[in-house]
Amino acid sequence: MIRELTCVECPMGCKITVKTVDGVNEFSGYSCPRGKMYAENEIVDPKRVVTSTVKLSDGRVLPVKTDRPVSKKDMFSVMEEINSITATAPVKTGDVIKENVFGANIISARTVK
Amino acid sequence: MKTSYDIIIIGGGPAGLAAAISAYDNGVKDILILERESSLGGILNQCIHNGFGLARFKESLTGPEYAERFIDGVMDRKIEYLTETTVLSVSEDKKVTAMNVDSGVFTISAKAIVLSMGCRERSRGALNVAGTRPAGVYSAGTAQKYVNILGYMPGKSVVILGSGDIGLIMARRMTLEGAKVHAVCEIMPHSSGLKRNIVQCLDDFDIPLYLNHTIINIEGKNRVSGVTIAEVDENKKPIKGTEKHFDCDTVLFSVGLIPENELSKTAGVSLSPRTKGAVVDQTRETSVDGIFACGNVLQVHDLVDFVSEEAEIAGKYAASYVLNGKQAKKVVETNCGANVSYVLPQKLNVNSNENVKLFFRVNKVIKNCTVKVCCGDEVIATKKKKISVPGEMETALLLADKIKNLSGDITVSVEGEI
Repeated sequence: MIRELTCVECPMGCKITVKTVDGVNEFSGYSCPRGKMYAENEIVDPKRVVTSTVKLSDGRVLPVKTDRPVSKKDMFSVMEEINSITATAPVKTGDVIKENVFGANIISARTVK
Repeated sequence: MKTSYDIIIIGGGPAGLAAAISAYDNGVKDILILERESSLGGILNQCIHNGFGLARFKESLTGPEYAERFIDGVMDRKIEYLTETTVLSVSEDKKVTAMNVDSGVFTISAKAIVLSMGCRERSRGALNVAGTRPAGVYSAGTAQKYVNILGYMPGKSVVILGSGDIGLIMARRMTLEGAKVHAVCEIMPHSSGLKRNIVQCLDDFDIPLYLNHTIINIEGKNRVSGVTIAEVDENKKPIKGTEKHFDCDTVLFSVGLIPENELSKTAGVSLSPRTKGAVVDQTRETSVDGIFACGNVLQVHDLVDFVSEEAEIAGKYAASYVLNGKQAKKVVETNCGANVSYVLPQKLNVNSNENVKLFFRVNKVIKNCTVKVCCGDEVIATKKKKISVPGEMETALLLADKIKNLSGDITVSVEGEI
């Protein structure tokens, strides 16, 4: 299997090609060690921090994020969890809104009185 | 209420907050921030994605988190601020006329003023995009406010014109909230957004980016029903036969930002046709004594980290102006050389003992390039870069002893593989 990635480590945006033969990955197209490391992480289990909002019971909107990156494939499931939450003010930045959602906690990204 | 302050700061976004903190820490405590929205923080409040603060704090914060660090800084210092207060005009002798519900229209004076009003988005009208005028056409930032602040979705089936960062961020945001984003069209042969946003906002969700494409028609009677896009030639004219049609209910525009300088004009501040912001020297002082400018009202930045850095310069020198009065200046100009679209500051005061960081942008993608800052034939600063792109601001450091000995204007150029 051959996959193409665009490296985001710097503005060069190298196109990195990953060739997988019998479960072994071969990388080409990167121009620095950071590029290779990026491609390795991306090919094994790409992870992203999910940021979104939850309802507050008073009708306002609270920005939230996962406190660590979650697997890219779980992003939409994490969104479903986030959209089912109603939080209550007051909330401080960093407060846990919901624990252990696909291995991460959903935390508040704003202080709301 | 008080009728005079040492420093009045117009705009309580990232630039205004950092300028206020910096002015305070440099010895001026009598400061007022005027903000037209109901809370401090500016546009960061609706930028709930992460990636802010990587340069400054070495961590990836969301917009509200980044803003909160500076809002806390303002609160800790007990710096005065007024929200829901709109400034109507600023005069050359530093009188600020503003209005709010509590006080009506009022005028207050300052010894120094910091302009930090930010920028606004270019709209559909600025581009004259053909078609009908249905509901469902928004600037990307307006859609962002709907989703992230007000909590509703402006549409379900979206085409985005322009690959500016806000457009890319909204492509991801709308997708995560269940909308279908069909395409992002960019008229230029390169994206105007940051690389990481192309990958994490488009590639992650298989949203196609059409380079060299534009929208040639918006359809729909009451609500948008579809758009037609087409490839453009080297003169940016649509090529017949390349049209593609998308059924959609929403069109977002992410086609550039314009510094919001209406108030700068009322104060008689000279503006640069290149940046659309004030002409400043390295202290961020404008053509009017004691009026400083910083942040997106001065030049449109890619990263808020640089906005904070620039605002701290403006705040520091606004404080110095209040404490030490006007200083004699001997000024040279900074000019654009090969492949450079603008340089900021536009003026350099050579009566200075400090290093100066020049900010500039290239006008095309250049690989394996050399940045040169020259005064006549003499190279006063140089550096090499693997790549330089229009979407990412570049910097060059001028050392104090070089600046002191400048005999004339300087030129910034970037040459390499094009």
